[in-house]
Amino acid sequence: MELQPQAESVQAQPVKKSALLYKLKKNKLTMVGAVILGVIILAAVFAPVLTPYNPNMIDAANKFQGPSWSHWFGTDEVGRDIFTRILYGARLSLGLGIVAILIAAGIGLVIGTISGYFGGMIDQAIMRTMDMVLAFPTLILAMALAAALGPSIQNAMIAIALVKIPVYVRLARSETLSLRESLFVKSAQTFGIRPFRIIRKHIMPNSVSPVIIQGTLDVGDAILLIATLGFLGLGAQPPAPEWGAMISIGWKYLLDFWWYPTFPCLFLFLSAGALNLIGDGVRDVLDPRSSR
Amino acid sequence: MLEVKDLHVNFQTFRGTIEALKNINFSIAEKEVVGIVGESGSGKSITALTILGLLEKNADIASGEITYRGDNLLALSKKEIQTIRGKKIAMVFQEPMTALHPTMKVGEQLSEVIRRHRNVSRKEAKRLMLVALNDVHIHQPEYVAKQYPFELSGGMRQRIVIALAMAAPPDLLIADEPTTALDVTIQHEILQLMKELNEKKGTSILFITHDLGVVSQICNRTIVMYAGEVIESGETKDVLYTPQHPYTKALIEALPDGKNANVPLKAIQGEVPNLMERPIGCAFASRCSHVMETCKTNPPALAHWQNQHDVACWLERG
Repeated sequence: MELQPQAESVQAQPVKKSALLYKLKKNKLTMVGAVILGVIILAAVFAPVLTPYNPNMIDAANKFQGPSWSHWFGTDEVGRDIFTRILYGARLSLGLGIVAILIAAGIGLVIGTISGYFGGMIDQAIMRTMDMVLAFPTLILAMALAAALGPSIQNAMIAIALVKIPVYVRLARSETLSLRESLFVKSAQTFGIRPFRIIRKHIMPNSVSPVIIQGTLDVGDAILLIATLGFLGLGAQPPAPEWGAMISIGWKYLLDFWWYPTFPCLFLFLSAGALNLIGDGVRDVLDPRSSR
Repeated sequence: MLEVKDLHVNFQTFRGTIEALKNINFSIAEKEVVGIVGESGSGKSITALTILGLLEKNADIASGEITYRGDNLLALSKKEIQTIRGKKIAMVFQEPMTALHPTMKVGEQLSEVIRRHRNVSRKEAKRLMLVALNDVHIHQPEYVAKQYPFELSGGMRQRIVIALAMAAPPDLLIADEPTTALDVTIQHEILQLMKELNEKKGTSILFITHDLGVVSQICNRTIVMYAGEVIESGETKDVLYTPQHPYTKALIEALPDGKNANVPLKAIQGEVPNLMERPIGCAFASRCSHVMETCKTNPPALAHWQNQHDVACWLERG
């Protein structure tokens, strides 16, 4: 009998991206989170189609209307449609929350890998600075930064990004410390590859997954922070339809016109909760240590 | 081409200073294959890492010189040593399983190293990459180049690692137990491959191993190390057929002879001395079956004796 070369052994199956998606889909809570967030995002994107109103259109004749068919979530103190404002507010909150975390994670990954790879004085300088930032409560520091930069929603986003950086620096650094000792990095060194290329091509791609996990979990937190800053008057300024700013004005009317603060709160709760559920799911998929 | 002179390396630890290498002397000529044999912890790998300047931060090169084509490698700056690494002196590690970047296609990894050492375009690098894969006898190089390391077998990976090391191509290849993690048939193929690269491309090889069989197959000269010292060195056939040092003799006697399956294998009694408290005399004295009074107090130096090869033992001086 003639022996055939074993083609199968050479042609191993590459990992398909859909395998990760499949694992995500198996997790029911993650799917609940994904559906909720998906609906909110779609509603935010198609806001002009879903509602006939302008978020800032004043209609004094119709102020403090309760929920009805023409105003699903009622109207506020100058007759603006709350449902419309929540949809447009979702654009602000979700968009800026995601951007803030992208900035923080990106900068954190770069600083953390450099710090971990070179060690020594560079590492000490970077990590002690990060410790200083971490020593403050997140909210207080974000408030101080937002106040110093001047209250606006962009500055709130920048403040949140800055406050979140140290978490990513630590994560990326600890991952780099173990990767630096791994044989493939050592052998890349013996092949003469330059340090910054090793960091970029060999260390970053392999230290990115904990950063992604932390990032998905943090987006919810960032949205809450943006709303908090808005609520305290340090973030979005009226009349911007931002959830925190809406709650800030609306809570005074809670006893007489319950719908005014309640719906923004509900959406804040739903989107932050949904993002946390998704974050947990992503962690289960990407982090082999926590998989059940 | 490469000469190591009076090399001493210590490690500073919390518990004290470890004398990892003591008075190492050897040289490698052009196109030569030199083997370093010794058991685990005898300082073989440390020697290799010292040559490439890749020791951990707690290592301290107390004295010595490593000259490569007139340059003292130990005196070079970090930038200068980087131009030597990979380009002039490259290294192959023991474990092909972990020596490759896990999330980069092997072709990309190889192209990366080729582009680092030769000033070529992406396209040219890709062509050279396929040639390099072919040189290490990988069939279907186009196909394998698109694979990730985890999709390849151990032997294939070690071929890739060798291709990476040979990318420049270097003058000297340091192979740190390149065949230990492989099974015997693959081991043979890898040895043949290295021999071929040595003959065709003229690359010198420093072959680190604990396998005397491997040494006999490809090394011109052999250095035997024990507890961080060179105890015997010479032509491979001399060292293996007329060993002078009791340790080398014991090592050779410990090999299975392949005839009597019922005879238990001989082992060397005792343990390697703690390098934190190096014995005053010969490091092998406590395990040596021919130990004399002088061995316990005076360390023997490596020297010629009676037209034989170099050995560090009092016994041979009569």
